[in-house]
Amino acid sequence: MIEKTVAELSAALASGEFSSVELTQAYLDHIERHNATLNAYITVCAESALAQARAADAARAAGANNPLLGIPIAHKDIFCTEGVLTTCGSKMLHNFVSPYNATVIEKFNAAGAVMLGKTNMDEFAMGSSNETSYYGPVRNPWDLERVPGGSSGGSAAAVAADLCAMATGTDTGGSIRQPAAFSGITGLKPSYGRVSRWGMIAFASSLDQAGTLSKSAEDSALMLNVMAGLDMKDSTSADKPVDDYAATLNDSLQGLRIGIPRQHFAEGLSPEVEKAVRAALGEYEKLGATLKEIDLPNNHLSVSAYYVVAPAEASANLSRFDGVRYGYRCADPVNLEDMYKRSRSEGFGDEVKRRIMIGTYALSAGFYDAYYRKAQRIRRLIKDDFSRAFQEVDVVIGPTSPHTAFKLGAKTDPVAMYLEDIYTIAVNLAGLPGISIPVGTAAGLPVGMQLVGPDFAEAKLLNIAHQFQCHTDWHRQKPGALGKEA
Amino acid sequence: MEWETVIGLEVHVQLSTASKLFSGSATQFGAAPNTQANIFDLALPGTLPVLNESALAMAVRFGLAIGAHIGKRSVFDRKNYFYPDLPKGYQVSQLDFPTVGKGQLTITLEDGSEKVIGVTRAHMEEDAGKSLHEDFHGMSGIDLNRAGTPLLEIVSEPDLRSAKEAVAYLKKLHSIIRYLDISDAIMAQGSMRCDANVSIRRRGETEFGTRTEIKNINSFRFVEKAINHEVRRQQDVIEDGGRVVQETRLYDADRDETRPMRSKEVANDYRYFPEPDLLPVVIDDAYIEAIRVTLPELPDARKARFISDYKLSEYDAGVLVATREMADYFEQVAQATGDAKLAANWVSQDLQGLLNKHHWDITESPIQADRLADLLKRIQDSTISGKIAKTVFEAMLDDTASVDSIIESKGLKQVTDTGEIEKLVETVIAENPDQVQQFRDGKEQVIGFLVGQAMKLSKGKANPAQVNELLRAKMGS
Repeated sequence: MIEKTVAELSAALASGEFSSVELTQAYLDHIERHNATLNAYITVCAESALAQARAADAARAAGANNPLLGIPIAHKDIFCTEGVLTTCGSKMLHNFVSPYNATVIEKFNAAGAVMLGKTNMDEFAMGSSNETSYYGPVRNPWDLERVPGGSSGGSAAAVAADLCAMATGTDTGGSIRQPAAFSGITGLKPSYGRVSRWGMIAFASSLDQAGTLSKSAEDSALMLNVMAGLDMKDSTSADKPVDDYAATLNDSLQGLRIGIPRQHFAEGLSPEVEKAVRAALGEYEKLGATLKEIDLPNNHLSVSAYYVVAPAEASANLSRFDGVRYGYRCADPVNLEDMYKRSRSEGFGDEVKRRIMIGTYALSAGFYDAYYRKAQRIRRLIKDDFSRAFQEVDVVIGPTSPHTAFKLGAKTDPVAMYLEDIYTIAVNLAGLPGISIPVGTAAGLPVGMQLVGPDFAEAKLLNIAHQFQCHTDWHRQKPGALGKEA
Repeated sequence: MEWETVIGLEVHVQLSTASKLFSGSATQFGAAPNTQANIFDLALPGTLPVLNESALAMAVRFGLAIGAHIGKRSVFDRKNYFYPDLPKGYQVSQLDFPTVGKGQLTITLEDGSEKVIGVTRAHMEEDAGKSLHEDFHGMSGIDLNRAGTPLLEIVSEPDLRSAKEAVAYLKKLHSIIRYLDISDAIMAQGSMRCDANVSIRRRGETEFGTRTEIKNINSFRFVEKAINHEVRRQQDVIEDGGRVVQETRLYDADRDETRPMRSKEVANDYRYFPEPDLLPVVIDDAYIEAIRVTLPELPDARKARFISDYKLSEYDAGVLVATREMADYFEQVAQATGDAKLAANWVSQDLQGLLNKHHWDITESPIQADRLADLLKRIQDSTISGKIAKTVFEAMLDDTASVDSIIESKGLKQVTDTGEIEKLVETVIAENPDQVQQFRDGKEQVIGFLVGQAMKLSKGKANPAQVNELLRAKMGS
């Protein structure tokens, strides 16, 4: 039963085929069996999960029947969870038990979802391979020698390997879409402001957005129905009406105008990935869509602009981790400065320190105009590129990543790692919704395709993704590495 | 060498909102440490700021009161530095787009002339917490109750030319803020704090000299002392052939001196950038106008009205409008008695003297305006003399009975019975033959002495006008 989609599980629970307790126990057993190999979870909450499952079964017996009632979920360890360790993948928070819940957590709890645990991630969401986690790398269930992508690597691997029915993630530059692509699942990053950031540990505030990792677009729609909405506790959350994302999944794609950005099919793209994406585009033509080449002329500036803005914001966001009030504090500090220096030197990993230094430098007096201000101008240009494109097309589609999952330890050069997100970063800079869906395999590894829509067009994106999944079964493909090992 | 002093003030005012600038924690003064600090104030990961609308309204209120440009789009920025009482590692402030832009206020100088002082800007920001270095056995404690309390930082132009002008500016600012009721503005409690930028230059010079910033000045008196000290120090440095170094100096009230802060206490590069957790604050004309109509009559306008309506002198009017409470008090007494001059004298002299003596604020006065008015009415209807009234006033401090019953019970009622006064006058004439003769010889001023004797005899209760009249009649002038 654990391989089912949320939509299928929901129907099975409603019909009494099995209970939430049985389902939750099945996931816990599977976690018990495979988590040591995959390292997808940092914390597993077996007892509280079973308690939530019992409560869900009782609620159902009393007549409740909302779609996520009793469905087991995994949350990225970036979301604060009351009474549960919340590490953000860092030694800095190795002892931080949050006294409060993130809004996303509150909403899933209120919907009756069952929290199985907290998933592994790149430290403070800084990474594209899940190798920067203080808790060790996550392994890709399609090939244990490979990375699952990052930073939401634990969530992606957990969904792909059926260690949960669905998972939350966050995406600052591609951290949901790229691991979804590498792990052969569906990953949605909503528009900036669609989901509350309250209780989500900040990396880059103007780019961070919570989203979904799931086995289908339909599941993403069911999750987004729960997550989306204005939150008075987050001043940047959007005061825009929330759609019923499941209601329009079956709309026809007849006449859909798809934009194919030249810049996403240029040098650096692996031929196998291109082949799978082109084939998927052909599928859309069969469904009545038309394809049109478009230009995103400033796309090549996106990675550079991102690596100014995101570290700049991060350098301030991470200042609160100073050893004074919570989290890691060095042993026997001799004075205040020593405490600051050693707590931060010992508590943060290399990639986090690298970005704090880059951000601090970019914001320094005399460099601000050359870096931060210029990066913000590029951001505007990138947004304009998309706005221009959306005058001609309804959706922009291309590969999520230039290639499939790479091997653990293969990318040691930070800049090479930063270029991993060459297709996804611009979407964050523009604040747009993007979704990655599996569209094939190359040498046995999943290929992801990215669909980008206009602001707050999540319903349309999910509709387009769902229609593809109704006519193909790439999202049904299961990773084999665990089976072989077992 | 003739030197000119140039001063600009940066005044931090704690806005008296019920909760903090970006969190729902209370802002009451004097609560037990860390009882007014929630998860946002502690900068727990994942927490986010939400702007307190009433703090914004107060800032706009202040801006309108000084005729300032109101920023219709203000932007919060992060000012980055590490300190244990700054939990987030940055202070949220406003750098390029403050809520309040250029404005001005008028101060009255000692010679009675007026001077307009420019206000460069007033921006909103969060206060820091407090580090407590005592009672922790060599360790430091942190109290975050104050962390996140809304501040308005009011920056003046370098228009002030003496320590006295600086104090006059500060007092005017204090008065306006109290009229607006946007802050307690109590310097001793830190709800109003002042940093002074001080430089000197040769008279006639147009360029400014190098300035120093003096921090930690926590009373009106210290403002004057600290600036005067710093001016003398800078003069000594230059006259000895040295150069003033641009630096931040702390004022030490105990030693009455300023000394440089350790360089570690001075952060050089705050790496300001727009606060991404908050959207720009956009307000429209309707919002501004809705606040404008709630503005009270401000001290300058009130002073002008007191002069024209109550025929008060510039000086009296100036003293009475200094605080809103004092002005309200005066107006209540003036209206109840119909004699503004009498009311002004009593409020600005007797009442003020009493308050000064006991270090009371007017709101703590044991004698309320209505009771003072009752007292003055008894002078007006000749029940008591002005002098006896002062005795009654003293008695009213401890006796909450009505003015009339105090007069009655103490037997202070003025003697107006002609028969009784006649007896007094006859006694005085009989006992002072020399003075009577002098008067009769044309020495008019002796009448004062004789009236005084009669008053003394009556223990102050005789009506002095009647005494005067009868004396003159009896002495046959």
